[in-house]
Amino acid sequence: MKLKFAAVALGALLAAGPVLAELVFPDLSYRTGPYAANGIPFSDGYQDYFTLVNERDGGIGGVKARVLECETGYNTEKGVECYEATKGEGALIYQPLSTGITYQVIPKASADGIPVHSMGYGRTSAKNGRVFEWVFNYPANYWDGASIAVNHLLDQNAGDLSGKTIALVYHNSAYGKEPIRTLEELAKKHGFTLSLLPVDHPGQEQKSQWLQIRQQRPDYVLMWGWGVMNQVAIQEAANIRFPMENFIGIWWSGSENDVRPVGARANGYKALNMHAVGADFPVFADMQKYVMDAGKAAGAGDQMGTVLYNRGMYAAMLAVEAAKTAQQIHGTPDITAAMMRDGMETLVIDAAKMGSLGLAGFGPEFAVSCENHGGNGFGTVTQWDAAAGIWTQITDYVQSDQQVIGMLVAEDSAAYAAENGITGRCD
Amino acid sequence: MLYREAGDFKTSYAQDNQTFPLKLDRFGYYCILGVAVFVIPFVINDYWVNAVFLPFLIYAIAAIGLNILVGYCGQLSLGTGGFMAVGAYACYKLMTAFPEISILVHVLLAGGITAAVGVVFGLPSLRIKGFYLAVATLAAQFFLVWLFNRVAWFYNYSASGQISAPERAVLGVNITGANVEPWAAYLFCLAFLVASAWIARNLTRGATGRRWMAIRDMDIAAEIIGVNPLRAKLSAFAVSSFFVGIAGALFFAVYLGAVEVGEAFGIQKSFLVLFMVIIGGLGSIFGSFAGAAFMVLLPVFLKNALVGGLGWPTDLATHLEIMIVGALIIIFLIVEPHGFAQLWRITKEKLRLWPFPH
Repeated sequence: MKLKFAAVALGALLAAGPVLAELVFPDLSYRTGPYAANGIPFSDGYQDYFTLVNERDGGIGGVKARVLECETGYNTEKGVECYEATKGEGALIYQPLSTGITYQVIPKASADGIPVHSMGYGRTSAKNGRVFEWVFNYPANYWDGASIAVNHLLDQNAGDLSGKTIALVYHNSAYGKEPIRTLEELAKKHGFTLSLLPVDHPGQEQKSQWLQIRQQRPDYVLMWGWGVMNQVAIQEAANIRFPMENFIGIWWSGSENDVRPVGARANGYKALNMHAVGADFPVFADMQKYVMDAGKAAGAGDQMGTVLYNRGMYAAMLAVEAAKTAQQIHGTPDITAAMMRDGMETLVIDAAKMGSLGLAGFGPEFAVSCENHGGNGFGTVTQWDAAAGIWTQITDYVQSDQQVIGMLVAEDSAAYAAENGITGRCD
Repeated sequence: MLYREAGDFKTSYAQDNQTFPLKLDRFGYYCILGVAVFVIPFVINDYWVNAVFLPFLIYAIAAIGLNILVGYCGQLSLGTGGFMAVGAYACYKLMTAFPEISILVHVLLAGGITAAVGVVFGLPSLRIKGFYLAVATLAAQFFLVWLFNRVAWFYNYSASGQISAPERAVLGVNITGANVEPWAAYLFCLAFLVASAWIARNLTRGATGRRWMAIRDMDIAAEIIGVNPLRAKLSAFAVSSFFVGIAGALFFAVYLGAVEVGEAFGIQKSFLVLFMVIIGGLGSIFGSFAGAAFMVLLPVFLKNALVGGLGWPTDLATHLEIMIVGALIIIFLIVEPHGFAQLWRITKEKLRLWPFPH
């Protein structure tokens, strides 16, 4: 039985062979499990943008894009299986949407020569392109997020946070632990007290954490949550009547699915973002025409304009632009993963380019370079309006504290380089 | 007709006591071993190793370990995930502290450390039994995961709390890290599995195994006939944890390369290994293999068949996969509560009579 299955699958693998004239973009998605509420809109947006490019422009530089979806369930073991299953098909770039899977994939993809783009998640020090040749995390990372949140609080307190208490409610995993180092550093710099409240996977049980918040009465609460944990946290905050405008989530804790279940009491909850919200951009008219109305939408096709749909679309847009850049550099429409990496490393996103894509002002402007794989750390703060049911952007794109983050990135990437015997590049 | 004792003469006690007394069984065993060692390494690729063979081999070691405790000694344990975590973190600390020593030694030492931890958490088994012991080992599971999350020393103070396996080689061939040939990782784990199964088989049919089984069947009776419950139970915990620790070390170092304790070694891992043991067959080495194969291969097979073969949406396929695996477990436990091992035993009995059952 086992051997037969082996033979059949092996045969299928060989028959699939080299596929000609296609650009393959694996989508390691999760539409099942406790993180599905957030995984579905992201994956829909990611896939729909490639469909749009195929239908409207006839592909990327004339070559059709093919999206290979693989369900991970936010589980690292399945993530490894998905990585191995898709890499043989000529995968150009991996965007696993999971910090745990990103950590798994970084050494494997670096050895296999396939770029990884962990947009706003993953290993933060991958910003340092000298050490992480194959890994990118533009336009912003967790440490930027932590700093932007603190900067926002500084703005509200006339630049002085001394004596204040900030609690961090975080997913007790690599993802949630990432910002702690930065927040500790910022606490020292600005004189606030940081209190840490871990929440274990999957995050449905948070009574004790919020009881602690009720007792400690921190001035502000920051949250690094994902999946079902977000809804529960916002519900608990509402239950203890914590003032919502003092509760700020990272960009992964700020989608419609997170606040809707709490109803009117979620009004005023804030979340960071790295791109614009809403469906008020010309690209969505095309999306409606070529994808939705043509019945080619991924999933149920009802997510257009939601925060995470937009983020999935943004991730796909950055991948498409990097592929176009790679095609220009190498003068061939049929790019390989290595060429894709060159495209990502020289990617420039400016106002003109976003405008031409029907996404004027959708995200910050940035340019990737050999040394800087992480953009410039711009983000914005959005606030939930429960009555209207929309997120509104309440600040411009503000930059994180580059001095503190630059130092931390250099420190962490140097440790990685030493552990793995990597000598810097870009010289 | 073919599968029978008749004509297969034994002339010594050693021959009479061998694991596979029938010629056909022996032949089959050597064939499978031969294929596993001399054929598979040459034909496998990254996908086969990482999606099928490594998880199967590693879970089989864990299942053998748990089977010794639950199946042979009758001590119900829900701490497997925690003990695997001990193996993984012990291996990580040893790998980073003594980079010049072979990874082979580190994995064995990790097994030893886990055995010591297992003995400590096995102490309550002297006083509490059955479901109550299951709850006590559940405490071990949660305590160990909490410990590895909480104490930064275990993950070398890394910012994310993840542990990542550095590159290590045996005889100049990379076993851990990013640049590992599929055959090397496969053979490394296969060697551990074959050795584990061999040791477990010989322990369980000897005096030690008989003591375990006596305790399992009726501990008071066992005590009366001279079995020391302290030594029997703790030795079962030690041996079981040793194998589970090795499985944890391999799971982290060779298979995943980077793990996070809460996700990789949570309570669901304990249940998974326990299901393997129950479905495979309690008190059977073959059952451990069969259970591990069932729980590892079936989801991968279903996924490939439904998504790759039929082109269904991935979420539908995943939901169906969960339902099919769940339904099969229930059907299986109703039809054959003693697991695959019992099915295999019945098949063998029937084969002996075939083609003249009367």
